[in-house]
This record gives sequence, C-alpha cells and structure tokens, in this order.
Amino acid sequence: MTDIIRLTAAQSAEKIASGELTAVEVTEAHLARIEAVDEKVHAFLHVDREGALAQARAVDAKRAAGEPLGPLAGVPLAMKDIFTTEGVPTTVGSKILEGWIPPYDSTVTKRLKAADVVILGKTNMDEFAMGSSTENSAYGPTGNPWDLTRIPGGSGGGSAAALASYQAPLALGTDTGGSIRQPAAVTGTVGVKPTYGGVSRYGMVAFSSSLDQGGPCARTVLDAALLHEAIGGHDPMDSTSIDAPVPPVVDAARSGDVRGMRIGVVKELGGEGYQPGVVQRFNESVEVLRELGAEVVEISCPSFVYALAAYYLIAPSECSSNLARFDAMRYGMRVGDDGTRSAEEVTALTREAGFGAEVKRRIILGTYALSSGYYDAYYGSAQKVRTLITRDFEKAFESVDVLVSPTTPTTAFPLGERVDDPLAMYLVDLCTIPVNLAGNAAMSLPCGLAPEDGLPVGLQIIAPALKDDRLYRVGAAVEAAFVKKWGHPLLEEAPQL
Amino acid sequence: MTVTDLLSYEDALASYDPVMGLEVHVELGTRTKMFCGCSTELGAEPNSQTCPTCLGLPGSLPVVNAIGVESAIKIGLALNCEIAQWCRFARKNYFYPDMPKNFQTSQYDEPIAFNGYLDVQLEDGEVFRVQIERAHMEEDTGKSTHVGGATGRIHGASHSLLDYNRAGIPLIEIVTKPIEGAGVRAPEVAKAYVAELRELIKALGVSEARMEMGQMRCDVNLSLRPPGREKFGTRSETKNVNSLRSVERAARFEIQRHAAVLSSGGTIVQETRHFHEEDGSTTSGRIKEEAEDYRYFPEPDLVPVAPAREWVEELRAGLPELPRLRRKRLQEDWGIADHEMQSVLNAGALDLILATMAEGADAASARKWWMGELARHANETGTELAAVPITPAQVARVSALVAAGDLNDKLARQVIEGVLAGEGEPDQVVDARGLKVVSDDSALGAAVDDAIAANAAIANKIRGGNLAAAGALIGAVMKATRGQADAKRVRELVLERLGVQG
Repeated sequence: MTDIIRLTAAQSAEKIASGELTAVEVTEAHLARIEAVDEKVHAFLHVDREGALAQARAVDAKRAAGEPLGPLAGVPLAMKDIFTTEGVPTTVGSKILEGWIPPYDSTVTKRLKAADVVILGKTNMDEFAMGSSTENSAYGPTGNPWDLTRIPGGSGGGSAAALASYQAPLALGTDTGGSIRQPAAVTGTVGVKPTYGGVSRYGMVAFSSSLDQGGPCARTVLDAALLHEAIGGHDPMDSTSIDAPVPPVVDAARSGDVRGMRIGVVKELGGEGYQPGVVQRFNESVEVLRELGAEVVEISCPSFVYALAAYYLIAPSECSSNLARFDAMRYGMRVGDDGTRSAEEVTALTREAGFGAEVKRRIILGTYALSSGYYDAYYGSAQKVRTLITRDFEKAFESVDVLVSPTTPTTAFPLGERVDDPLAMYLVDLCTIPVNLAGNAAMSLPCGLAPEDGLPVGLQIIAPALKDDRLYRVGAAVEAAFVKKWGHPLLEEAPQL
Repeated sequence: MTVTDLLSYEDALASYDPVMGLEVHVELGTRTKMFCGCSTELGAEPNSQTCPTCLGLPGSLPVVNAIGVESAIKIGLALNCEIAQWCRFARKNYFYPDMPKNFQTSQYDEPIAFNGYLDVQLEDGEVFRVQIERAHMEEDTGKSTHVGGATGRIHGASHSLLDYNRAGIPLIEIVTKPIEGAGVRAPEVAKAYVAELRELIKALGVSEARMEMGQMRCDVNLSLRPPGREKFGTRSETKNVNSLRSVERAARFEIQRHAAVLSSGGTIVQETRHFHEEDGSTTSGRIKEEAEDYRYFPEPDLVPVAPAREWVEELRAGLPELPRLRRKRLQEDWGIADHEMQSVLNAGALDLILATMAEGADAASARKWWMGELARHANETGTELAAVPITPAQVARVSALVAAGDLNDKLARQVIEGVLAGEGEPDQVVDARGLKVVSDDSALGAAVDDAIAANAAIANKIRGGNLAAAGALIGAVMKATRGQADAKRVRELVLERLGVQG
C-alpha cells in the first residue's frame, strides 16, 4: 500500500492502464492514507469516499470493456474547496457556505470527471482564498507535513499538504497572488499558475476575478503538466478564457532541455530581507541552470516594488463586489431570521457571523478603495501600476525566455506567528504577486532545504503569457538535475507521519 | 395620501421654466437573458427560468448575449448616436434582495451608444428635437412581491417573495440630455418622446415595448428654474411611470408641485417620487441627499465589447424604415390630410389601424371605426385606445360584415357596442341581438307596400319621375324595420313597385 501512494500520477496511470493496478486499489490506498494521517495534517475539509470509489470503479469497468483510457484515468486528486462540485459540499473555507451543496460542477470539475480522474475530496484553504497560511480557514488550520507546527502556505495549504503527505498525487489550486506557488514552495511540491485565461474560472468561487487563476499542483513537473493539459483550454462559459489550444506543456515536461535558453534573474526579487538559506538555494538553482546550458542574465523590473500595494487595492476592490452576493437570501448560512427582522438585518447578522476577520478586512478595504472620491487615487492608480508591471515583464521577455526568483522570501514559519500581523502575512507573496497582476504563467518547484531550518525552498520560474510550456521545460530540467544531485526526490527527506 | 400643494399649471409656467431628463428602460426581446442561456419568456412559474449565472451562485460567470449587443447598437443607430469603438461593462454595486449578485452588470462611463437625438412630433405637428445622452446595456433585476402591507410597497409588508425569472433579462437604458426650451409644452414633449421611442423600438423589432407589461419603463426627472437662468434647479426623479398618459401627467404634476414649493419660498428636496395612476399625483420616495455611491468599476468577468466598424455599418444599412418616415408614407398611401394623420397619431390609432388592415379591412373603414366609435369610447371611459376591449381582428370582422352588406353602419355600431360590452365575437353579437340586415324580399316587400300605401302623395311624385322623393319612402321602411333593412335593396323595391327606372 505504501508503494502505491508514493507513485507519481504518471506512474499510477500507467499501472492502471496496463492492469498492474486497478483504479479501485489506487483509490483505496489513498483513502486509507487519508484515514491514517489526515487527522494530524487536516488537509481535507470533506472526503468523498463513495464518489471517489464509484469513479474508480467506472474507470476499471471502462478498461475491462476495452475502452480507451486518458493519461490520468484512475489517478486520485485532491480538489481545493473553491471549485464547485455538484452534490458535494463546497465551502471555500468559509462558515458562510457551510452546508451548501452546489447544484453544478465547475468546468474544471467537469473536465476532470471526463478525464476519469478520481476526486477524493475537497481540501482546506484560507477563507475565500484570502491568506498565505491556511490559518484563515473557518475550519481550522492545516499543518505542514515537514513540520506540523508550521504553516503549509496558503491559500491552498490543504492541497499542498495533501501532496506532501502522500494523500494524493495530484491536487488543484487557485492562485490570485501566490496561493498555488507559495504553498508548493513551503511544502516541497510543484505548483503552477497558468497564464490568466488558460484554465476556466467557471465554477471557481471568485475572490478577485481579474487575478484568480486555477492551476495544477503535483509532486513532479510531469504530473503537473498532465493535470494542466486535462483542465486547460478554452471554455465558452468563461468570457476571459483564452480561445487558443493549451500550450504543449506535457511535451515540454518530457523534454527538459534548456540548452541555449536565456534566463533572467529578477534583481528586485531577492537579496535583502530574504532568508539566507532561501537565497543560497536559489543561487544554486541558477548555477544548475547555467550548468545545464542556459544563459543567465540579471534583469531589472523596477515597478515590481509597487506590486504588493497595487495588489492590495485591486484584489480587495474586486472581492468587495464578488462577496456581496453572500447575503443569506438564496443559499448558505442565514442568521437571525426569526420572523421579526428585516432582510437587511438578517443579511448584516449573517455576514457578521459568516465571514472571518481577514475577509471582512478586505471587503472594507475594497469598499473604501472603490468609493467615489477615492476611486482614482486607489483603484485607478493601482491599475496604472498594473500596466507598468506588465510593461516591465514585456520588456524583460524581449531579452530572456523566462525569469526566475525565489518563490517566497522565507521558508514555512510557525503557525500563529503572523496571524495578528496582516502586513507581515502579506509580504509572504512579494515574489508571486507581480505575475498575477500581469497575467503571466509561473511555476514553483523545490530547489532544496534551507540549511538553517531544514525546510523546503521554492524556485519560481516565470514565463510570458501563453508560453506556459517554457515553465515545464525549465522546471523539468531543474528537477532532473536536483533529483540526480540529491539521489532522490526532495519529499523523501520529509519526516514520516 | 397626503394632499400636496399645487400651483395652477398656467401660473407655474408663468413663473418658471421646466427642465426635464427622461430615462427609459427597455427590456429587449431576446430569446435568452443578457448573460446566460435562460429563457426570457414571460409568465412562467416563478424561479423556473434560472441558472447558476442569473441566480448569482458562487463561481458562476456571465457571457454576453451577442443579440443583446446587436440590439443595443441598432437602437443607438436609430437614435442617431455614435457607437463606441470599444466599451466595457461595469458593476454597479448596491444591496437589494432581488439582485442576485448585489451588483448590477451595467455600463458606466463607456456606454455602447452616445450623443444622439430623436425628433418627435407634437400634437399640432411641430417637431421637437430631443438630444440623447447615451444608451447603454444592462441586466434587469428579479422581482419582489411585498406581501401583507396595504400598498404593495415594502413599507408595512410582513414578508416578500422573490422571483428571479426576470433577473438577467437584457435592458437598454436610454438617457436624454436635459430637455430645455419646451416650456409649457414640456409634459407633451415628454409624452411624445416616449411614444416616438416606443414606436422606434417596435419598428427595430428589438422589443415589443409594451409599457403595461413593464417592457418599457420611464423615469421622469424634472426641475424648475426662473426664466432666463442657466443653472438648473433641484430635480425630483419620478420612478416607473409606465404609460404614455402617465408620463405627461407626472411631468405636469411635478411642474405644479415644484412651482408651489418654490413660489412659497421653499426648496425642492432631491428625491425619488412614486407616481400614482389613480389621481396622477406623486409622493415622496427615497431622499437622495448625496449622490448614491455605487462604487462602479469595470466588470472583470467580461471582456470589452469592440463592435467592428463593418458590422456597425451593416447594421445601419439594415435598419428598417423608421417610424416618422413610415408615418409619412402611410399618410400618402391613404391620401389623408396632415391634420387627419395627426389625429390618428394623437389617438394612438396607427398600429391598431394597421393591425386591422392586416386582418383584412380596408384602410378607410379601419380608420373610420378606430377614429370614430372606438376613439369616442376610449375618451368616455378615460382609457387609451389600445386598451379598449376590442381587437383589430374583431373590428376587421365588423368591417367585413358591412362590406358584404350584412350590416349597415347603424347596425355595425350596435355590434361594436356589444363587443365592448363583453357580449362576445361580432358574429355572436349579431346573432344574439338579431342585428342582421333585412334584405329578404318577402319581408321587405310587405314593408314597402305599407309605406307606399301610407304615403300615396309621395308615391305619385316618384311615379312622376321625382326620384329624390324616394328617400322619404326608404326612411319610412327603415323606420318600420327598426333600421335593419338593407337600404339599397329597399330603394330598388320601391322603384320596382312604382314602375320607375332607377
């Protein structure tokens, strides 16, 4: 059983296709693992045991009938609880949606079902994806499998922790400011934020519409590519979805050839204020790329210093509007409806009880930023910064193929350390946020453990919009070089749970 | 209802100059909603025409209805507007239970159409140009039904029922620039503008624009200022004025009310007002001391709308004949004078006449019934002509019966009276009331013989060649048959009996 859960998604799919394993066996092994360790990790908010087994049986039946199977058929997946799943609870980590059973599947959910992927359940997250530690979940934090007293990152801490603790070989995340990449970095896993519009947002509960992007999480670059291909591509239900084929991510992940590629190190993302071990591992990664035949140059992106400020105006502004619909009228929590109170009072009481502190903070921030008289100074200026950041990227990509930086300034910090200091928490996403503002693609993958604390460090690779395949090419090369150097994947150094 | 002080209309206009702004919402007649595939059919079970998108369920996203955009452009072009090269939707944020997302997807500073005008013809034929500020796309809200209160308004209600079938139905909001210089004719201009706009919308085929069904709704903004002053006075905004007559009445009432407040030294409160059909009054609604802050921002879930110029030109070329030109053509076809055409328009009879013609009646008789008997009925009962309880098909049937000689005009009027009284179809009324023209020779023959016998002197005149005298005998026969005789046949019989060639 232990062997099954340590297989990559590609390996599992191959064994299921060849008949060496059944999808039910693979699913049961993961359900058993969840049973065994998730009480400690708390990666899942909901495990859909029956649904997962039914899907696995269907895959086995398909195979028995000689029907063709897709490249991920029968492989289990942990889904961030932000994607709607018909008949299966979807809470977005919030009390306000406790007990809500969506009547429809997100496009991503539909595509996974069509690809015969087995959805094990829904994973924990910061409420409405607002946070960097999963501590803002209304259902309690998730532990980092490397050290359960530390944060697993956020908002997609549940998905990353599920991967790192072998509860699933694949997971789904969403990345508004780093919610896929930062958890990947601090858990020693791989996470990709595709180009904005590359994966449908239909059925993905909105935090900040112009920044949100769903994407794949996995333990290897190839697995991430396989998942990316399964969920990506145009969706007529999402107007902002790009009407173009998915970039050739799987081929790129299989090639892993960076010879002759030009790689830019972003001057503004690194150095002072970054944990020494993070800087050290990042510098080693750059060395590795050079050794692999890439040409490395330093690139300056001067507007990046304003990224965090712009982000904390745009994201809260959009969220203040997106979250207005949670008013106790049509679904979810309803507080104080005793027949004497007005609709306004019930809405107010429900929002008071249903939203957590961070969500309220951002709603208030955004409401203020959009108010007449303040709009130009706040939302308007932030949009200008966004344009400047996009130009910095465009200019950089005139001379390099990809950019690299550390994914996060530090390794995983202890749970509770920053809960009362929102600003310190916001700084966690310093390196990831510019990518969301510009709509580019980026990946985080493990590049070693920081010597001072023995915790994983993430390398961020950034590609121009629609060139997601470059992430996989560079990622696969770095991954192969490190695994060769370490003698095994990084995760094998994680403590046994 | 509180009694509102009013100044007489004449006195009000003697001291003040009215400025109006009209905002008209038109529900488009697209088959599906503006941002999802749900049906827009009216009258379905509450909440049966909804989906995750128009219910605003978490995760749902909008997709723009291309026909909605096309309709908006057509309206813009017909209103002589410029069409935006590139424009965006915007979110208008405010909380209301019948609005699923608690923001309305609308347009803000980038409307699809702007800077146009509409020429409207007043009752005496004068043409007044109303400048159009903009026409923009948005979605309708759901519908709240407030239960348990006395007035049907939310105040005093015990609870409310929500129907989201209407949520997401495409709307075009058409906003005029301030209408200045209409003076004493301001209420008339308001009515004529809305009437012309309705005609135009119908001609474009983008909506049926039935005001009584809420497919077209009008808000009347009005302020007064002393003559010669440039600065506008404080305005009131009378919401949901939903018939042509009401538009005129609301404007008139507000002029009189504002004038009374101002002339007694008071100030007008900027507020919304409710209009009351029963007595044409308005009452205070929501006070708008400061402009409401809707926190507009560009809708990030939708991509900008950038209509290709070639497409816009294609739409322009495909515009149907516009109402004013069509009216001119019809007038020529019918060969009637300006003032006759104007009274057809003023009576709101044009479409009814055309519909009656479409049912087989000729133009003259269709016009005669609608402008005569039926217009009189509308006047007496204080309803609009279109609301008179008779259909064009029924009028056409009456007209056909007359043409076939089964009814004469007098009988036809009785048939119409029966239909209006709810006695059924024209043929049923004819049967039930026994209104058939008597052209049966044996029945008429006896009546003719009686008339000749009773009027020997006249009969002799006729025999002597004075055919004009026949009228008296025909009259006598008509009287004897209580008007049901076919006058033409009676004349033939009289002449035949007296041995005279007709």
